[in-house]
Formats: sequence, structure tokens, C-alpha cells
Amino acid sequence: MATWKPDPSFYPSPRMAMKAAPETLAYVATFDPERNTPDALAVVDVNPNSKTYSQIIGTTPMPNAGDELHHFGWNACSSCLCPNAPHPHVERRYLVVPGLRSSRIHILDTKPNPRNPTIVKVIEPEEVADKAGYTRPHTVHCGPEGIYIAALGNREGKGPGGVFLMDHETFDVLGQWEMDRGPQQLAYDAWWHLGHDTLVTSEWGTPETFENGLIPDVLLGAKYGRRLHFWDLHKRKHVQTIDFGDKYQLVFELRPAHDPTKAYGFVNCVLSLENLSSSIWTWHKDGDKWAVKKVIEIPAEPANEDDLPPLLKGFKAVPPLVTDIDLSMDDKFLYVACWGTGDLQQYDVSDPFNPKLTGKVRIGGIVSKATHPGAKNGELSGGPQMVEISRDGKRIFFTNSLYGAIDPQFYPHGIEGWMVKLDADPNGGIAFDPNFFVPWPAPHRPHQVRLEGGDCSSDSYCYP
Amino acid sequence: MIEASPWLTVAGLGAFHGLNPAMGWLFAVALGLHRQSRTIVIVSLLPIAIGHAISIAAVAGLLVVAGAFVPHDLVRVGAGASLLVWAAYHWRFGHRHRVRFGMQVGLCGLVVWSFLMAATHGAGLMLWPALMQTCLGGGAAAAGSVSPMASALAGVGIHTLAMLATTAVIAVIVHECLGVAVLRSAWLNFDLLWVAALAVAGALLIANLI
Repeated sequence: MATWKPDPSFYPSPRMAMKAAPETLAYVATFDPERNTPDALAVVDVNPNSKTYSQIIGTTPMPNAGDELHHFGWNACSSCLCPNAPHPHVERRYLVVPGLRSSRIHILDTKPNPRNPTIVKVIEPEEVADKAGYTRPHTVHCGPEGIYIAALGNREGKGPGGVFLMDHETFDVLGQWEMDRGPQQLAYDAWWHLGHDTLVTSEWGTPETFENGLIPDVLLGAKYGRRLHFWDLHKRKHVQTIDFGDKYQLVFELRPAHDPTKAYGFVNCVLSLENLSSSIWTWHKDGDKWAVKKVIEIPAEPANEDDLPPLLKGFKAVPPLVTDIDLSMDDKFLYVACWGTGDLQQYDVSDPFNPKLTGKVRIGGIVSKATHPGAKNGELSGGPQMVEISRDGKRIFFTNSLYGAIDPQFYPHGIEGWMVKLDADPNGGIAFDPNFFVPWPAPHRPHQVRLEGGDCSSDSYCYP
Repeated sequence: MIEASPWLTVAGLGAFHGLNPAMGWLFAVALGLHRQSRTIVIVSLLPIAIGHAISIAAVAGLLVVAGAFVPHDLVRVGAGASLLVWAAYHWRFGHRHRVRFGMQVGLCGLVVWSFLMAATHGAGLMLWPALMQTCLGGGAAAAGSVSPMASALAGVGIHTLAMLATTAVIAVIVHECLGVAVLRSAWLNFDLLWVAALAVAGALLIANLI
């Protein structure tokens, strides 16, 4: 249990983490949208020298059906080396895998056999609701006080959503994280700037507004999330709200700079009600306050009404639907998944206020249905969604399903799951690895990817 | 030799406490890296040492005062039992502390941080078996004209100076030469050593082997 030296996957700084050996395994959350068979955590071989490269080599089914596995994370990571709250001898060993719909949290042990993780603990939704007052657990991050989980609903499944803490060794639910939530009601993602004692949260909506799919009236009324919240990480107190305005809906994935001395990050806004564009915003410290600036706008593409789902026919355009972004470990490249059009874009964000488009591939898409050199059956459904970057920045993995109830609103003919990999040029530019196309076994669809030993959205660092 | 040994132990424990990255040298290095300042590394060590000293002094003062009212054997056994409880607590729950200060900490915050770290780690109690000999009899060092409280404070001072010197040497070496990459290989599990030290100190006190 106790080790003499820190876990070898912990790195003091992002610069050092970039030198980590390439991952050989990817863990992928996979769910049955019909809720008939148990969801599972799949293990994909990502070692190009292996005979089973690009194949699913392990599957750990959950004990129940209908959990809707979505996001997940490690029990411990590089933040355990932080000087103010060190836990250097905890092992990065357990995956914390919540069911977004069931609110059940599964703890999977990857140590005895990383290719076949085993469930060692199941925390029932009642325990989380009783001890923390939350349901619909979403984002999982390892951090200074243990495991932080952002949840979208309160115990009744309404607002406010928020963050709760779990012990990173015993997995006891420790309770609600916020001591003063201020005006915050909606929740979605949460991450932080360890160097600036700041936690940031974003907004989607309360469970009744998304569990049966997006509700057009709520969307057009700008009632889904559109704000960022900034918190004092250690006083656990709300300090500032930034409202993007009533044109913007669905402020999602938070990607703060990995370098702890930098006080900026990127967030995607899925939809502009004005023109169906998606946008990327940079948040940054401006004096004592936080501020945001829109740095990328990706326009909707004109489309034939016949090619569009009922929800979009009247608009005669396909929105990019940027639903995930990810930032490379050196804070140089931002990857942007356009789930609607099928683009996966790479931007050079060395200057966080002036991103430059440096690469682009297209796969799937509502209208384009673009194929892949490794796909056998031509047109592909779904589009680039959850993106994960290897620590060295050379490999990009992504999958194609967004959320069980929303998938059919945009892809009414169904989504056949797939997972692909890009090779990235350190100087900019991306291309498909023709040998990496994982056709996902039906009826399951893949969602978030986590890489063995850590990746670009799992770890945070205290040293520059 | 016998007269010098409790003081040497007090100083040695200062070095042991200073060696533990969780007691502050690493925080000083990190603050220096964040603020790109060598001066910050050194300056940060002072409030860290002060917080540590206050924590140690509070425990020592409490036990010295207790020694004035109750039999010394009772203080000895009480401190020993507390050490064993602390060892068990630290072993089981040592990782579960509320985090109150981060990288934006100021100098006063560092004092409080260091005080809390030393207090929750039972640093003052760990020192007591050695310190007791200098101020509550039992050892030759206490025999003389110096009051128990003055002896205890002298012990706290020696301990803190040894701790400060150790943290300074390590912080400078890591900041200037080794870099924090050394943490990956050189950060031994101090929590285990710490639990062992607490338990040994408690056992020695209870068994009256000092």
C-alpha cells in the first residue's frame, strides 16, 4: 500500500511530464444509450508495436445498467507533489468512474492488471446525496484536498449543482466543497489554477433540462448555462461571476494553462443564438479581477434542409457544436472538437489572445459524414467529441458520442461509435493515423478517454 | 557527554523536522520558482521556522506548566500516550487535512501554515522526550539554577535553529543545483518515518527508558 518513493507517474512540472514515456493503454468510458446492457470501461491498446494495436483488449462492465458513464478521472496525480499539501506517496492507481445518469460512482483498480481493471468499490447515489447533497457527478479531478467531483444536480436533481470532495485513499464522500457559493446555481466543469489559488467552474444546466435531451425553449430562451465562476480554491468561496451574455449558451470545458505561473485558460461556448457559431474564450487575470475575451469564432456552415435533423432544418445550416477542447501540456496547442461539422481543429495558442489555426481534419459530421482511411463502411456518423492529448503532445485521441439523449437530436439516424487517433507535428499540423480506427462494438458508444499514467486533462502541477 | 546528549537530540530532531519536505523547505523552493526570486526562497524560510517554533513552544510550555502541578511521571506517561495516539492518527488520517494556504500565500500565511503543519504532525510532542530531560529533571541538564520554562525555551530555540539551518541548506541546494525534478526519486516516504518516530518517542516515554 505505502510506497517509499513518489508514484513514478507524478511529475513536479508540466515540462517534466512531457518527457514521460508514451502511453500504451487508453481507458474509454462506454455506455449503452438504450440502457439495456451495463455500461463499461474499455481498455484500448495504443502501443503501435503491439499486435493488438488499436483494438479493445479489455472491458470492465459495471454492475448495473443505465449508469451513463461519461467523464472519469484518477484518484491521485501530479498535484500530490504540491508543497502546501503534499501526498507524494499515494498511488495513481484507481479510476473514479461516475454514472452521470445514475449518480453511482465506481472505483476501478488498474494496478493488478492495467489491461483488465477491477471494480473495488461502488458508491451508491444515496451516499453521495446524503453526505454531499449532490447528484449527477460529472468531472473528476485529483487535487490538493483529495478528489474533487463536479456534480450537475442537488439531491433532488435540481439546482444548485456544485463540487464535492472524496478521500483519495478510502473513497469516503467527504462532503460539499463550497463554503460560500454566492450566486452560482448551474454547474458543469471544474478545474483550477494551483499557482493562483483559484478554482473555475462552468455551466450547463440542471438535470431536468438535459436528461431527456436539450429543450429548444430553454435553449432559445438562453436559460442554459452561460457563465464562468471563479472561486478561492482554499477558502472555498465564490469570488466572481462572468456572464457571457444572453447570446451565448452552454459554456463547457475548462482548460487552464498547465504552467501554474500562468493565469489564463480556455473555455468553449457551444452555441451562439445569433448565428449558431461556436466560440472559444480566453479567461485571464486582469489586475485583481478575472476577465474573458472571445478569441475564436467558428461559423455554422450552410446546408441543405434535407440533410439536417428536424431541430436544425429551419436554420439551413449545420452548427459546429464545439463540445470539447483540450490544451497540450506545453500550453502551445489547443484542440477543438466540432461535433456538428465533423472538424477537429488545432490552434497554436502560444499567444492566448491570438490563436492561429495550424491544422484540421474532418471525420463524420451531421452533413459531411466524412470517412477515415481505416473505416471499412464508408460514411461515418457522429463527430469529433471527447479529445485527449498524450503528455508529450504527439498523439491525439478522440471519440464520437456526446450524450445519450442528445446524440439523436443531432444524429437522428443513429451514431455508430468509433475512436480515432491523430499524429501531431510538434511545429503544428495534424493527420490521421491510418492504422488507428476503432469501430466501437454496438450497442455501446464511447465517450471520455483517459491515458495510462496521465494525460493533458488529468493532472495539475505546482511547479513551473 | 551525558549532559550534552538531550540538547544534541533536540538539535537532531530539528534537523529531522527540517528534512521533511512537508515542513516547509519545499514550499519555500516552490514560492521562489513561482516568483522567480532566490531571495523569496530564503525569506520564506523565516516565517516557516517561526510557525514551527510557536507550535513546538506551545506544546513544550503546556507540558512544563503541567509539570508544575502534577507529578512528572504523569506528564511523561500522558505525553507518551498522546504520541501513540498521534502516531495512529497520522498513519490513518495524516493525508486528510484541510488545505488553507496555496501558492499565493503571504509571509503571515506561511507562519500559520507552518504552525498548523507542525501541530498536526505532532512535531512538538515528538520533541518532548528529549526536551523533558532538559527542563523537568530526570536528566542532569536540568539540575542548576535555570527555571524549567527557560530550559524548555532554550530547547525550542536550539531545535528551531537546527531546523532552519537544515531547511536553508536543502532549499538552496534544490533551488540552485538539483531542481525539483529530484523530487521524483529523492522524496522518501517521510510520513512513514514520521509515524515511526512518533511511536518510538511515545513508547520510550511510557516505558520510562529515557
